Amino acid sequence: MAEEVIDLGKMTRDFKKEAMKIIPGGGNLDLCLNCGTCAAGCPATGLADLDPRKFLRMILLGLDEEATKSPWVWMCTGCQRCIYACPMQIDIPRLVYNARATWPREERPKGILGSCDMALKNASGSAMGASPDDFIFVVEDVLEEVKDTQPGWDELQAPIDKKGAHFFINQNSREPVTEPDELIPLWKLLHVAGIDWTYGSKGWAGENYCMFLADDKSWEHVTRTSIMQCAELGCKVYLNTE
Amino acid sequence: MRKGFGDPVADDLRFVVKSLVGEENFVEMWPNKSNNYCCGGGGGFLQSGFTEERRAYGQIKLDQILATKADYCIAACHNCHAQIHDLSELSGKHFPVVHLWTLICLSLGILGPNEREYLGDDLKEVNMPEQKE
Ligand code: SF4
Ligand code: SF4
Repeated sequence: MAEEVIDLGKMTRDFKKEAMKIIPGGGNLDLCLNCGTCAAGCPATGLADLDPRKFLRMILLGLDEEATKSPWVWMCTGCQRCIYACPMQIDIPRLVYNARATWPREERPKGILGSCDMALKNASGSAMGASPDDFIFVVEDVLEEVKDTQPGWDELQAPIDKKGAHFFINQNSREPVTEPDELIPLWKLLHVAGIDWTYGSKGWAGENYCMFLADDKSWEHVTRTSIMQCAELGCKVYLNTE
Repeated sequence: MRKGFGDPVADDLRFVVKSLVGEENFVEMWPNKSNNYCCGGGGGFLQSGFTEERRAYGQIKLDQILATKADYCIAACHNCHAQIHDLSELSGKHFPVVHLWTLICLSLGILGPNEREYLGDDLKEVNMPEQKE
């Protein structure tokens, strides 16, 4: 950080002003006691030479660039432990989210960016880019195999786009794409419990890296696609397995 | 457990896990519930490219798990599973990290032979359902 004295009068504190507009109740930002409880219990403390207390203090001082452009904003997981521990309930992860959003989209971490872009490629919303047809193929294939090889599961179902099913259930892409056998235990449990459920051909993927990317528009698009499929099928409950 | 849902959900999950493994086989880690630490798999960290930092973040979780001396770690979330599995392998301890669905099906006796990837050798053959010839 700079060696010279910080002239507080020159600071615009734009980031703080914007954040306080968005956060419900203004986020209590001005109530920080500087006690350090948040930093003491944050696993990201010390990474990239920052911690939640320092991050907040920098923003309160108006060191917007230094705070928001630190790679640390990608190392806070948003776990909310700091809010829980903070005597003033200050929502630091929300500030971190806003800081992520100030990065030009193409400069945000490639892995997260790529996963979000994959999800925008087709109607699946999958961070691994699997299309609705890929998903349907894998589910049907795995289901057939269970019926062929395991006795007692002739009635096992893995419905896709079943109209009027009670539960609309989404699915992390990791199973259908990299370890399809891991899909089976959930289907079995739902079957044994007599649950009326369905996947959607659209919006079946449970993960949403656009949210981690702090790309609100894309986040909404991915979520909306999934919710709309649930609504179109007339399902009663949207069950997010993520 | 996601702190957003609070301790009642953590209690529900304890009911499930204790029903599966038996009260006496469930080891609580410390601190726990809302006071617990995040493993470091969330928020996009796994895809962020900051691998070294992600593992440094996860060190607290690894220490917490090892301190329980439990044979298995259950991760009910995908990101947690991937992160804790990575921590387990990297630490050289190789403790199994299992999904909740695996344990539920195992205890119901309906976990098929190909659905046992994450079980340790001690449970690989346990409660195996009948196979078709
Ligand atoms: S715990 Fe809350 S009050 Fe204390 S330093 Fe952190 S943000 Fe400020
Ligand atoms: S939400 Fe972020 S800053 Fe707060 S404790 Fe978790 S990792 Fe640390």
